[in-house]
Amino acid sequence: MLEIKNLSLTLEGDKGPVEILKDINLVLEDHLLYVFTGPNGGGKSSLAKVIMGIYKATTGSIALDGTDITELGVTERARLGIGYAFQQPPRFKGLTVGELLQLAAGEDRKVKEFSLLYDVGLCPQDYVDREVDVSLSGGELKRIEIASLLARKLKIAIYDEPEAGIDLWSFSRLTDTFKKINERFDTTMILISHQERILSLADEIILIADGRIAEKGKRDTVWPLIMGEASCINCDECVEGNDEVAECYR
Amino acid sequence: MKLLNAIDKHILQTVAGMHDIPQGAYNIRKNGEGVSRNSTANIEIRPKEDKPGIDIIVKPGTKGESVHIPVILTAEGLEDLVYNTFDIGEGADVLIIAGCGIHNPGDKNARHDGIHNFIIRKGARVHYVENHYGEGDSLGKKILNPKTIIEIEEDGYAEMELVQISGVDDTKRDTEARLHKNAHLLVTERMLTDGDQFAESKIIVELLGWDSSARIISRSVARDKSRQIFYPVAVGMNRCRAHVQCDAIIMHQAHVRSIPEIAANHADAQLVHEAAIGKIAGEQLIKLMTMGLSESEAEETILKGFLK
Repeated sequence: MLEIKNLSLTLEGDKGPVEILKDINLVLEDHLLYVFTGPNGGGKSSLAKVIMGIYKATTGSIALDGTDITELGVTERARLGIGYAFQQPPRFKGLTVGELLQLAAGEDRKVKEFSLLYDVGLCPQDYVDREVDVSLSGGELKRIEIASLLARKLKIAIYDEPEAGIDLWSFSRLTDTFKKINERFDTTMILISHQERILSLADEIILIADGRIAEKGKRDTVWPLIMGEASCINCDECVEGNDEVAECYR
Repeated sequence: MKLLNAIDKHILQTVAGMHDIPQGAYNIRKNGEGVSRNSTANIEIRPKEDKPGIDIIVKPGTKGESVHIPVILTAEGLEDLVYNTFDIGEGADVLIIAGCGIHNPGDKNARHDGIHNFIIRKGARVHYVENHYGEGDSLGKKILNPKTIIEIEEDGYAEMELVQISGVDDTKRDTEARLHKNAHLLVTERMLTDGDQFAESKIIVELLGWDSSARIISRSVARDKSRQIFYPVAVGMNRCRAHVQCDAIIMHQAHVRSIPEIAANHADAQLVHEAAIGKIAGEQLIKLMTMGLSESEAEETILKGFLK
């Protein structure tokens, strides 16, 4: 279980400090699949990066299974079983796809690169010996990034916009893979997405807007708000019948 | 064979991957003299009569054989100069493992200058691997200055892997190649410098023949206060193709200059060059750290992959 209390994040911007996350309180239960959604710039990826330790929280605390991990760095959190698949993964000249997946798996686990690549819709024979360099398209790179998380046995797996750059056919296989992982393992999954098909996988949806948790609840409760099928109940700015409520998220 | 001590064996393993006396043709040179040599039915190695060095003559049609010609320097104050000629017969296909390792135990410099001439006959193929390595904590520098001249005849092919592993204080590499009709060349240079080391590499490839092609790939890492200069040049004299690619990772207070040049003297010459120098990207480090590697492990992984 991941417990976030009174968390805020302020980063230095061009015009001074910018408050990115404000008073976040959140409990993520084991084995559930969460989708973080909300408008661009709302703080979804920032919150994910704080969980991973890439950003250090300005205030507040994070606990994993009851242990305070607030002061731990990226490496330590990774070793405790938190993983993060980047929205725009970096490239590595000289490192092959197979080597990257083995690195991800760690020394103790020999992974079957072929099945991982198949799970993300890549033909294993064509990719396992290829370098993770500019010869790969953005979509190919993204799928390898996802495979690098699948290679690990994780307590918390965060996928930042996993659908970005992935074609429709591979995307379908990917959502099946997410479903499979969620059913088979104890991993708590966080998918950051705007995609309806990803949202439909969620046990719970967490709406993040303007650096705050705007809504959190079971998929069936939050879904209508996102789809504009109900008016927003927490927002003073929206009035009943506002057609733009789906864009508001507040 | 004169006895090799533990240092010699370590160097042989590092520069030539030799755990024992290799199968096939070989020549081991130590501190300015040959210590062991073997020819085979198809590959003859014989000492030059007019200057230090050897001639390596590969019979036409020889396939699947290898030649090991490592050099060891373990004495301070030594300046070793050697001329090696490789004559690769028509249609042959061989692997040549060269390399030089210096263990300098003293405060005077130890230096090896190797001048290699390759004649790759019609339709022959050569894979040449040259590793340079230095060790020893004394003040004496480890200096390696290789000069390699390659002539590739019609339909010939050469793949040259030029690697400076570590510990070489000063190096000036000079590589010249002339490609004739439908000849092809791949040069891959990988280099790591640290401390106050200096490395300069010049590679000039002249594409003389119709449909000849060349690819020059240089990957280097400069750490600490080391300095590197690269001058890869491709000159197209006929319908040909060439691609020059220089990538360097720069760290700490190092200096890297990369000056690729392409020159076309024929309207059908297709020449491309690209060069990039940059530090390790923060995202690369963080990505590997999210997989459980420490920052230093992540850095080593990136450098190892880059120089592979």
